[in-house]
Parts: sequence; structure tokens; C-alpha cells
Amino acid sequence: MSVQFTELQSYRDDFTFRNSPAAIARFPFPFPEDSYMYSVNIEPATPRAPGSVYQHWFDIDEHYRSEMAERALVLDKDSSRCLVMPHMQEASWDALQLFMEHLSADYPQWFALSCDGNRWHWRNTALGIDQHFTFGDASTLPCEPLEFITRQVQGDIALLDQRDNDLFMDAGMVTSPADWSLAFDAGMSFKQWHSPVPMANQMGVFDRALKYLLNIQVDQPVRRLNWTLTINPRMDSSPETFHEWGADRGQITPDNVGSAVHLRVELQFMARLPRSNGLMFSIRTYLISMNELVSHPGWGQRLHRVLRDLPEAIADYKGMTLYRQTLVQWLSQFDELA
Amino acid sequence: MMQVRISGIRELTPVIREFTLTALEGPLPGFSAGSHVQVHLPLGSRTVRNAYSLTGDPADTRHYRIAVRLQEASRGGSRFLHEQARVGDTLTLSPPANLFALDLTARHHILIAGGIGITPFMAYLDSLERRGDSFELHYAYRQGLTDAFSDELLARLGHRLHRYDGSAGQVMDLKTILTARPMGSHVYTCGPQRLLDGVRAQAAALGWPAARVHWEAFSSARSGLPFRLELARSGRKIEVEAEQSLLEALEEAGMSIPNLCRGGACGQCATRHLQGDIDHRDHCLSAEEQQQFLMPCVSRGCGTALVLDL
Repeated sequence: MSVQFTELQSYRDDFTFRNSPAAIARFPFPFPEDSYMYSVNIEPATPRAPGSVYQHWFDIDEHYRSEMAERALVLDKDSSRCLVMPHMQEASWDALQLFMEHLSADYPQWFALSCDGNRWHWRNTALGIDQHFTFGDASTLPCEPLEFITRQVQGDIALLDQRDNDLFMDAGMVTSPADWSLAFDAGMSFKQWHSPVPMANQMGVFDRALKYLLNIQVDQPVRRLNWTLTINPRMDSSPETFHEWGADRGQITPDNVGSAVHLRVELQFMARLPRSNGLMFSIRTYLISMNELVSHPGWGQRLHRVLRDLPEAIADYKGMTLYRQTLVQWLSQFDELA
Repeated sequence: MMQVRISGIRELTPVIREFTLTALEGPLPGFSAGSHVQVHLPLGSRTVRNAYSLTGDPADTRHYRIAVRLQEASRGGSRFLHEQARVGDTLTLSPPANLFALDLTARHHILIAGGIGITPFMAYLDSLERRGDSFELHYAYRQGLTDAFSDELLARLGHRLHRYDGSAGQVMDLKTILTARPMGSHVYTCGPQRLLDGVRAQAAALGWPAARVHWEAFSSARSGLPFRLELARSGRKIEVEAEQSLLEALEEAGMSIPNLCRGGACGQCATRHLQGDIDHRDHCLSAEEQQQFLMPCVSRGCGTALVLDL
């Protein structure tokens, strides 16, 4: 079935973001069991059921236009959310090519690409973009190639340079982070940017994950899910705007928990960039309110048990300490054994 | 796996042949400079897989190019490509992988090639020129024997090319090449093992940080004596022939072992061994690691029967 877009919804101020029943049905609920612990949960990104978030490399859903409008708002205020170090130019073109080729093949009703040697023609009818350009020549685009294409793709993107048996955060477009900053992490190595994560490093998770990522081959991408909680459907929960959203965590009551607290799931997708040998790290974020989540059979019960038993350090890292009790209490009504 | 057709063959020297490979359908997967492919070569009842650097322009995915040196001690792979492969023949390739990538943060790239070790640098040059990077190429060869691309490189690179003809007694002085280079220089070398050892030793002696010294061993499996092998988990017994690598014997027996370089360098195929005498031929495992693991792409059993944890 072809994807259709909802009317523009907001991820700020009046927060009109909602999921349709179809969006709830395809939400990537990340808990395969009643408890959660860090693991190297990376798997080959082989396509799954048509219509699922795993069908294509880059998932486009009903929120596409809203999310692109939100990205534009963030960039208007803070252009540093997009960053490309000089040695990452080729990786940027690699990324542009991957996006254009996959989007036009997977969503032909919205995207079209035709190439005559290096003369490319890109059309995005969803956003009304029609662009002729010369592949490899940034002066033929209205902005940097990475910015040009990621203004048209849902999800944050980091482009990692691979050198010295490590990965470095040297380029990206990050407007919807779960409390991390591209400007802060820029230039860091894999373990450096993961250093705030509790417990996992001692478990050897990052050693194994890094080794796995360094060996990703062209056309053999991998994926994993990550999750956290966010108050209100706020995409831009970044350190740069903490003053706008940090206090929300203290405002959760039994009355507003169902509509205010959102499960935030990241479908992380990692692909080798063919020409630059860089690694694309795409972070596709899905938001669902507690009220929406418990409408799906079984999810309320499972989330109750996961959050009730979550180790303190992880709960604190994920920023839920202030309202965890309220949320767990509210979720317990959906747990048959609670 | 992908199927390609040999669309062109060029004799570069009496012992080096260049092959142009074209996809049977659609474009080929993109690749980065320094990548190699494994070419599957049918030799009688066996298939030998040899890794060859891609020498073409990474921006051109219509064709791949490889250059193959006829190896004196060939187990048959390079001999097949030199004596039997014809334009129009179909070959099977494994997709490109890169174990010898450019460091894109380098301020200056020093490339040092010995003989057929020039091949990965052919793709480097396209990338470096497109990027406008500063570089120099030092190329040692024997005139009329292993001087592939030598004249076209001179026309293309001018003073950035430094040639050393071994048959005329010209010697590459690694100390001069590596002394007092600008901050941010990286050195890359590919060629015979003694060249690699020389570059690494000289760089270390001059205080180069290890992260700025890159090398690619240009080796593949060499033949040896036949030996017997036992798989501990299944109890299966396998005979490895003289001309066959241990990895190939395992693959023929239906085992799927992860691998990239098939030359004892990348470490992907490391396999735990439990018993037996081993002739370790890899460039990857430490002596300590070799106590537990072997690299079946190059290493062999010798003496008492080998038992693997498979």
C-alpha cells in the first residue's frame, strides 16, 4: 500500500502530533521480553513484511511532511545541527546517492531520480522539489549535499569516518536527538561519544559493537532498536534546547501521564558508504503516547514490567527518574498480574 | 556473489594482465579506493578464490578492473587467468571489501608500491586527484617485467612519481622517503613482505605514529603438503590437498566461514584449533593468539592430525 501523509502536525508548542491506528499498528515496539538490559542487538537489515517499518532501508510514513517542517524550524534557529567536516564531502555525496536511489525505488509515487552520467535530476513531489544538479559538484545544489537530502528524509543522520580501526562522528544532520548533541560529539570516536552510557562499556558491549560495525560491507546494512522516553511528542530533545523541555519531566501527574509521556523508539540503521568507506548511521525516531501505546494488546503490560524492573542507572540515564513512579503506577492498570 | 563478464584483457607486461569486468546486468556495487574483490576461479573440480585489488576508478561502477600477476608458485588461480581466461567468459565475484582504505584526514599521502603492489594505488590515484589531495607515489619494479602502468603513471603524475627500476640497480631509500615529512603525512605500502617490513621498521625508527602507517600484504594461500583434518563438533574428517587451502577444503565440505582477504591479513576467518601441529602463515595473529587460533585461508596442518573447534 502506498504511503499517504497526514495534515501538518506539530512537535512543539501545541503538540498536535498524533499516530493513526495504522501508525500504531506498525510502531516498532522494542521489547521482546518483560525485562530490558543492554546487549549488542544488531541484526542484518533484511527487509521484513510489506508495510512494516523494516520493509525499506529508509522508512517514510504518514508524518513525513510534519517531520520535515519540524527539521526546517530547528535549522532556522540553529544551523549547527548540520555539520560536515571537510574530509567528509565524499561521504556526503555517498549518502545523497543512497537516499535518492532507495527512496525513488521504494516510493516511486513521491520520489523520482534520473541520471545521465553526472547530470542528475531529482524530484520530490511530496515537498515540491525539482532539482537538476551535477553529482559531485556542491555548487549546483542550493546547499551542502548532506543538508539538501536530509531535509527530505525522516530521521537523524550521522556519517562516521572509518580510520585507525575506529569510527568518528565527523558529519551529520541531527535535529531530533534523544538528548545528545552533534556539535558536542563532533570528531569523537565511537567509545568517546558513548561514554555517558552506564553499564554497557563494562559489559563489553561497545567493543563487540564496534568490531561488528567496522566490518559492515557494501549493500549489507544492519539495524537495531534503541529506546527512551520523552515528555510530549517533542522531536528536538537536544541539549541545546534543554531549557525548553527539561522542566517538563517534573510536570507529570496521574492525570496527564497517558497523553504527555511518550515512548521514543529509534530504528538505527547502519550502512557502508561505498565510495568513501564511511559508515552511515541513520536514527529514525518513532514516538507514541502512552494512551496510544496501551491501545495495542499486550504492550501496556509489557512496558509496565520493563519500566518497573529497569536498573536504576539505566532509568536515570534515560531521564525518567522524576516521573518513573507515576508512570509505572499508571501502567500497572494494564498488567493482569500487577 | 555476482556474475561478471570479462569484457577486456590487456597485457601490461609479460607477467601482468589487466582484466576489465562488466556486470551481466545493472551497475556493479560501488567501492572505495583500496578495495578488493574475491574472484572465484574454476580449476577442475575445485574452486579457488583469489583476492585482487580493484584498479579502476571508484566513480565508475560500469566496470571493475583488476591486474593479475602470474605467480611462479601459483596454485593455479593466476595461471588460469593468464592462460585460459578469454574475453566473453563469465566469472563469479564476491562483493568489494576494503582492508586498505585511505585516511581522508591526512594532509599528505606517501604511497610506496613494490611490483604488483601498485594495484590498490591505481584506485587511490583517482580518489586523491578528485579530492585534490597532496600525494606522491614511489614505485619499485623491474623494467620489462613488473613495470605495469609505469609509463602512463609518469605521464599522469609527473614529478609526483618516483620510479625505481630494480633491474637497473635503482634502490628505493626508505629512510630518505620517510625522513622529515610534514605533520599529518600518512604512508601506505603494498608489495612484497620485505618491502612492508622495511617501511614499517623505518617508520617506527623515525618515530612515525603507528596510526599513520598503513600496509596491505599482497599474499594469498601457498600450496603445501596434504594433511588430514578433523572437525571436533561433527567428528567429520577432511583431507586437504597439496594445492588446496584449509579454508577452501572447509568450504568444499559445506562450511561457511566468514572471510575477506583470503591472505592471512584481515583476521575474519580465525578459527579455534584444539590439537595438532600447525604451520602458521598469517600476518595477523599474535604468537599468543596462535596458541588458540589459526587462519585457515593460509595456514596448514603439518605433522600430527589437526583438530578444529568446528
